[in-house]
Amino acid sequence: MIEPLRLIVNDISIEYGARRVLAGVSFELCAGETLVVAGANGSGKSSLLRVICGLQRPARGTVTIEMNGSILRPSEALHLLGWVAPDLHLYRELTALENLAFFAAVRGMRCTRADLEALLDEVGLGGRGDDLLAAYSSGMTQRLRYAYALLHHPRILALDEPTVTFDARGVALVEQVIARQRERGITVIATNDPREERFGDYILRLGQER
Amino acid sequence: MDPHLSSRSTVEASAIAAPPEAPLLAAAWAVFRKDVRSELRTRYALNAILLFAVSTVVAMSLGMGPLTISRNADLPIIRAALLWVAILFAAFTGLARAFVHEEEARTAAALRLSARPTAVFLGKLLFNLALLLLLVVVTTVLFVIMLRVEVGNPGLLAALLLAGSLGLVAATTLIAAIIARASVKGALFAVLSFPLLAPLLVVAIQGSANALAGRGWESGVGALQVLAGYTIALFTASLFLFNSVWEP
Repeated sequence: MIEPLRLIVNDISIEYGARRVLAGVSFELCAGETLVVAGANGSGKSSLLRVICGLQRPARGTVTIEMNGSILRPSEALHLLGWVAPDLHLYRELTALENLAFFAAVRGMRCTRADLEALLDEVGLGGRGDDLLAAYSSGMTQRLRYAYALLHHPRILALDEPTVTFDARGVALVEQVIARQRERGITVIATNDPREERFGDYILRLGQER
Repeated sequence: MDPHLSSRSTVEASAIAAPPEAPLLAAAWAVFRKDVRSELRTRYALNAILLFAVSTVVAMSLGMGPLTISRNADLPIIRAALLWVAILFAAFTGLARAFVHEEEARTAAALRLSARPTAVFLGKLLFNLALLLLLVVVTTVLFVIMLRVEVGNPGLLAALLLAGSLGLVAATTLIAAIIARASVKGALFAVLSFPLLAPLLVVAIQGSANALAGRGWESGVGALQVLAGYTIALFTASLFLFNSVWEP
């Protein structure tokens, strides 16, 4: 049984200078649910995911996470959040295993090399752990983003353009990640690809002009 | 079935969960080690500060020749000022690197989402301190050799260089985080740092002049106390302010 968990997005507005990208977006999600945020380029999908993860401050509104009676802001819930996005960049001068070992260490996790290799294997990077990221293709980099996001078993997974740069096997990986996340917590997906709307229990459509 | 996509991996099965809060010092140490490893591979800051330090001391040596007692009675204060100016400007070229690299490589978001702000600050501070101590050692050794400087009280000079370095790092690490997202990083770093560092420089130069002149430890105790107080004040303020600077 999944532990009770709620993601509450309340009246979020996002502005860039004088331009308002989002206004008054509210929703609640419980464990086991998946939301697809759909919309054209510039409609604010990625910004909304960044706000949910605490990586961007909204002009107005709040994001709260309720779990086991605790009410947390995203900045207090780093251990609950995972994020995959085209603008998620890892350290190109380090190898994949060094990247994962670093992020595990700053999260206070005790992972062995075998644990990290198993995670790389899971995302389709088995045997490539000792390669520098600088030598990775865009598809491999996207796979490593999944390893980064799944490393700490987040209860809330934010996926921005989840299948971008992926081949058919990569898309299968995304399907599997989303299916597993249903057993663990909440998934929020931002996409402008209509084929990815099938992943969601709910669809939130954002307009370009507001 | 795709061989890469096992139904349940070892990691899933072993359920190595992240604790709500990682131990602070262990996380800070991880940030420090990551920065050292990155720096040893890219050598961006190392090359910049060492090149600046070496070229400055060589330029001084070529321009002035060996500074000897017969040429100037105010020699210790001149030597001390030259040494600290060389250290300061070389530090300006490299100390912002730890945060600037995170922003330029766009890795800051991954770090923000993984590590507590205090751990990031302490790790970067430790990295800057290591970088600065290397710079101080290289600059001082070159300075002593190329300008034929006689150090009257080496112990006191070393203590002042260490205390000054701690103060310099405590003041500049927060400023590096502030300027990392600005467009004119280098100039802004120097402009914001200099007013904060002016008191430190005055005290460090005066104390170092006493050490070069061979005066006893009692002549440097006041300077060491001021530098220690400065370091504690700046470190504490930086620690409190860093969350506001680091969070989006």
